Amino acid sequence: MIDSVGTRGLILNEPFLWERGGKGRTGYSLPRRDVPSVPLPDHLAGDGPDFPDLSEVEVVRHYTRLSTWNYGVDSGMYPLGSCTMKYNPKTNDRQASLTGFSGAHPLVPSELCQGALQLIYDLEHHLAHVAGLDAVSVQPSAGAQGELAGMLIFSAYHRDQGKPRSKILIPDTAHGTNPASAALCGYKAVPVETGPDGVLLPETVEALMDDDTAGIMVTNPNTLGLFETHIQAIADIIHAKDGLVYADGANMNAVMGVVDFGRAGVDVLHINLHKTFSTPHGGGGPGSGPVCVCKRLEPFLPVPRVVKTGESYALSEDFPKSIGKLHAFYGNFGIMVRAYSYMLSMGPKLKDVSQHAVLNANYIKEKLKDVYHLPFDVPCMHECVFTDKFLEAHKITTLDVAKRLIDYGFHPPTIYFPLVVHGAIMIEPTESESLENIDQFIATMRQIAQEAKENPSLLTEAPRNPKVRRMDETQAARKPCLRG
Amino acid sequence: MRYLSHTPKDIETMLQAVGVRDLDGLFSTIPDDCKRLDTLNIPELTEWELNDHMAGLAGQMVSSADYKMFAGAGSYQHYIPEVTRYLLSRSEFVTAYTPYQPEMSQGTLQGIFEYQTLVCRLLGMDVANASLYDGAMAVAEALLMAIRIGRRKNTVAVSSLVNPYYRKVVETYFAPTEFNIEWLPYREDGTTDLSGLGQIKDLAGVAVQSPNFFGCIEELAEAGKAIHDQDAIFITSFSEPLAYGLLKAPGDLDADIVCGEGQSLGIPQSFGGPGVGIFAAKQKYVRNLPGRLVGQTVDADGQRGFVLTLSTREQHIRREKATSNICSNQSLCAMAAGMYMAALGGTGFRELAALNHDKAEYLKSALQAAGLEIPFTSATFNEFVVKFPEGFDRQWQDLLQKKILAGIPMVCYYPELANHYLLCVTETRSKNDMDALVKEVQS
Repeated sequence: MIDSVGTRGLILNEPFLWERGGKGRTGYSLPRRDVPSVPLPDHLAGDGPDFPDLSEVEVVRHYTRLSTWNYGVDSGMYPLGSCTMKYNPKTNDRQASLTGFSGAHPLVPSELCQGALQLIYDLEHHLAHVAGLDAVSVQPSAGAQGELAGMLIFSAYHRDQGKPRSKILIPDTAHGTNPASAALCGYKAVPVETGPDGVLLPETVEALMDDDTAGIMVTNPNTLGLFETHIQAIADIIHAKDGLVYADGANMNAVMGVVDFGRAGVDVLHINLHKTFSTPHGGGGPGSGPVCVCKRLEPFLPVPRVVKTGESYALSEDFPKSIGKLHAFYGNFGIMVRAYSYMLSMGPKLKDVSQHAVLNANYIKEKLKDVYHLPFDVPCMHECVFTDKFLEAHKITTLDVAKRLIDYGFHPPTIYFPLVVHGAIMIEPTESESLENIDQFIATMRQIAQEAKENPSLLTEAPRNPKVRRMDETQAARKPCLRG
Repeated sequence: MRYLSHTPKDIETMLQAVGVRDLDGLFSTIPDDCKRLDTLNIPELTEWELNDHMAGLAGQMVSSADYKMFAGAGSYQHYIPEVTRYLLSRSEFVTAYTPYQPEMSQGTLQGIFEYQTLVCRLLGMDVANASLYDGAMAVAEALLMAIRIGRRKNTVAVSSLVNPYYRKVVETYFAPTEFNIEWLPYREDGTTDLSGLGQIKDLAGVAVQSPNFFGCIEELAEAGKAIHDQDAIFITSFSEPLAYGLLKAPGDLDADIVCGEGQSLGIPQSFGGPGVGIFAAKQKYVRNLPGRLVGQTVDADGQRGFVLTLSTREQHIRREKATSNICSNQSLCAMAAGMYMAALGGTGFRELAALNHDKAEYLKSALQAAGLEIPFTSATFNEFVVKFPEGFDRQWQDLLQKKILAGIPMVCYYPELANHYLLCVTETRSKNDMDALVKEVQS
């Protein structure tokens, strides 16, 4: 029996907000009224929202109890593939909450917001440097909006050349956001099949690339955790037909200080600050998805852009070829502060981050490949992908393994993605985990593989330890109950 | 480095297990011509040095803490109760991923389910999603949704009194499509002129904002009739949701989609982001909604619980046919909004809204009494337009020296509105602040 992080504990129930409280209570200190009351015209006035009234104590208990039903990176290892659940440094939150930043109105004259403008300017330059590209806009609010920015830039570039195009090549390993973002720009997604070794082959791309294809969207390292070794040859094929190469940088955490995306032939790349640059995921956002481009695409970046003249910074809209605005103001600035703070805390050691992240993934791959099927037994980058093939004989699936990991106190890996691998188990340990944690995770995964043979009901009935057990997702979708 | 645990000995052990000689050897699959030729050139600061550096940058910012801000225009200074800030820093919420594993994410899921519920109750709508990026993107998504619902109709109309920045984002989202946008003019009273709707062909949806960019409250009941008469989707947006503490809920006025920015609900202004894109609709359009939805269900033992649901609309399942490309949203900001609404409660929310309205009315009357013109006569909530005398721009600059930001100049958005400024008054402005402003600007 292994030592388990997961254990039993007292879990407190908590009703809905509206099942608590009593009319007339409040959890808020209302400002003093120093002006007379003026009624609104009758036909405009409503009755006010039907919210419950709770005291401050009730609000605190409510959300504190809810929080104990959650699991975060601060709770333990979160090896969710492609999501880069690394540690979120606490100093980053401190910097973002400095009054000068958190209390800043976005429309003050530029001489009154030099600090924020400098931060954006420097962050964009540091990101460009890490990516190996020439210019960056941090305006996109998340990875998917960074992709959209990239596709809008493709579209604007070809329109500017007088030759709009209608198709885009997207590998079958891509995140679903890639085709969805391309579709928003009116592109028809043309799937590109991955080669037998888990990477794209130039000849496959060559056969599909034509004068009506805007280019290709490549995730590199790809979602199998492999570096696209032919990226340069593929870029040459695309460029020969005046197409553009987009790299989804969701997996940038593997290659900082190692890869130069400009040299690799990439024209546009988006980065997820909430993955590689340590800003917290917040249970699904806010993130930030800066878009990085090569010199010739710089005129198309979103506006406004921060420009520097002498020692002063200003916002400029004077980029006539720009794709326009993606956010009401400048993007998720609070997230930018955190990422900037992380970059300055790491400096050149960002390369160590990638080295440790890749080391951890390869270590796990080696230590588990005798008990879990490894479809591509080659050196991986920051994540490794197994399948449930060895467990099929015991009627155990990837989902069962994931749920059993919960009982042992680990967040499960990403499962059933990428789609090209049947029953995928995608493990991304990140650089944050110590050797002891990783060894414990490995021991747990091995124990689960053993249980699958000897006592499969431990898996099929998992999880037993958390507040709730497996959820009825079919009922949720068939009879949607989306509000109380 | 304190964020990395491996000692040289750990690294040695692991490299041996992997069968690679050194750390560089881990990158052997990367072709040399893709590799960097230089080392990373980014400064590395200690925690102490970082604090100094960031204090230096933050110190070059004018913050709402020490200026008297009369500026709104889509970003509002409201008092954030300590309880919201405190609860929002619970790392179980902050450091969790999207709740794909519901058994380990019930805290986020119930919190977002409650957020969806409170949003529906505030706006009088049937369903709300788990959030979009911001108010601007929410309006763009609403218009695209109207086109999906309208099927063959390819035109939308948008009020010129929708926040100008939101309109810019709408243009960006529509630029690569074959859909048309018609801009609706405004009337003398500061509300949208819908009289031309009948002339627009293939009209899928119409978006108005209330309170609109002039701060004026639109006659949504009339607008709804005019828009539905054209068989179009009635979209109403907002940048100041606190107004719905006082106003009739748009859902009660037959709005099909209600969307906008929720920054006012307990989220710091933070130089414009992150805020939260609120998005709600009538039940019959639920399968057309963009973004994530949390739904209630039961677990294997029949206990109440929550999951992400109706995901067949979304990109990870539907790929290029998804209702939107959104994946990560603004979840933690939605939690903040939920906590804020919970802390205020229905009674507190209404009182706070009334206070915002009444303070703005106080300043409006005082400015009028001081001889200034209020050009738009429609009722307003906590913002309104003032016409100052020719040459006021110089005094506006002088007031900045006195740490007063006397509104946002309108001429950059509406060239015809020279000398017009949009002033905002929230609960954070005292009568004294307002009296001081009036004293400065009276002729």
